[in-house]
Amino acid sequence: MLTLYGTELSSRLLLGTAQYPSPAILMDAVKASETKIVTVSLRREMAGGKSGDRFWSLIQSLGVHVLPNTAGCHTVKEAVLTAQMARDIFATDWIKLEVIGNHDTLQPDVFALVEAARILNADGFKVFPYMTDDLVVAERLLEAGCEVLMPWCAPIGSALGPLNLHALRALRGHFPEVPLIVDAGLGRPSHAATVMELGFDAILLNTAVAKAADPVAMAAAFAKAADAGHMAFHAGMLEPRDVAVPSTPVIGKAVFT
Amino acid sequence: MRLIVNGEPHEVAAKTLADLLGELEYDGEWLATALNGELVRATARAAVGLNDGDRVEILTPRQGG
Repeated sequence: MLTLYGTELSSRLLLGTAQYPSPAILMDAVKASETKIVTVSLRREMAGGKSGDRFWSLIQSLGVHVLPNTAGCHTVKEAVLTAQMARDIFATDWIKLEVIGNHDTLQPDVFALVEAARILNADGFKVFPYMTDDLVVAERLLEAGCEVLMPWCAPIGSALGPLNLHALRALRGHFPEVPLIVDAGLGRPSHAATVMELGFDAILLNTAVAKAADPVAMAAAFAKAADAGHMAFHAGMLEPRDVAVPSTPVIGKAVFT
Repeated sequence: MRLIVNGEPHEVAAKTLADLLGELEYDGEWLATALNGELVRATARAAVGLNDGDRVEILTPRQGG
């Protein structure tokens, strides 16, 4: 069972809610993924508009936990204010903390991230920081009070899959007790299985499901891959070898001359 | 009184943030508000007065990754 900030979860997949072809497909994808956590954002409402109400009714009907994000924030102040507004509206102290540092790569500004995490943790938030795969940044975020870490494996929406297995392995090795979630960059189920085989606790994805030709089927495929990778990590995998080793016993083989 | 609401200029009569939401016909239930870069909780909107030039943000839940 995955436990995040004291909440036990039966799924190892967290799913974003953006970019689906329709609200109905979003709902079916969430169900197919069996996720227990979906991410949402806060955006400006038009005067007289009710888009927020409609979307929020849909999300509430899914019966899953909501993880609000601070997507699009570029400064500590923006991210902290957005988190506070999210807590007021969603009545949750969970926050996926994003402080973007570069427009092209959408990689986090890790300095601002650590500062915002410190402020929000002190204010009672339970922070899920979207970070790079840097070991020292991870240490700083833990010192700032984070109890979950969410490193990228590649830029958001890139579908490149894990670019630096060494860095991800180092995070797992250094923080064996901290829940680690790969957030961003996954493109296909084999990527998900790969990071879960490293011992990561969960994956968070959005674009790879939402932009698939069949998002509902892809949601289910990612869920299976995450579970498969998790089971494999705990089952103890065979290390690669440079020479062939016959699987069929050699003893007892007939000799034809 | 002239305010900037969600980045757009508005000429309004409202004296409080709660009145402003009514005047601009924000009748959705799920709104988060900020005034000049500070959170104003839903429960505090009726008590928060507005001044000329104030910047108001009104946000709602949306799709996110």
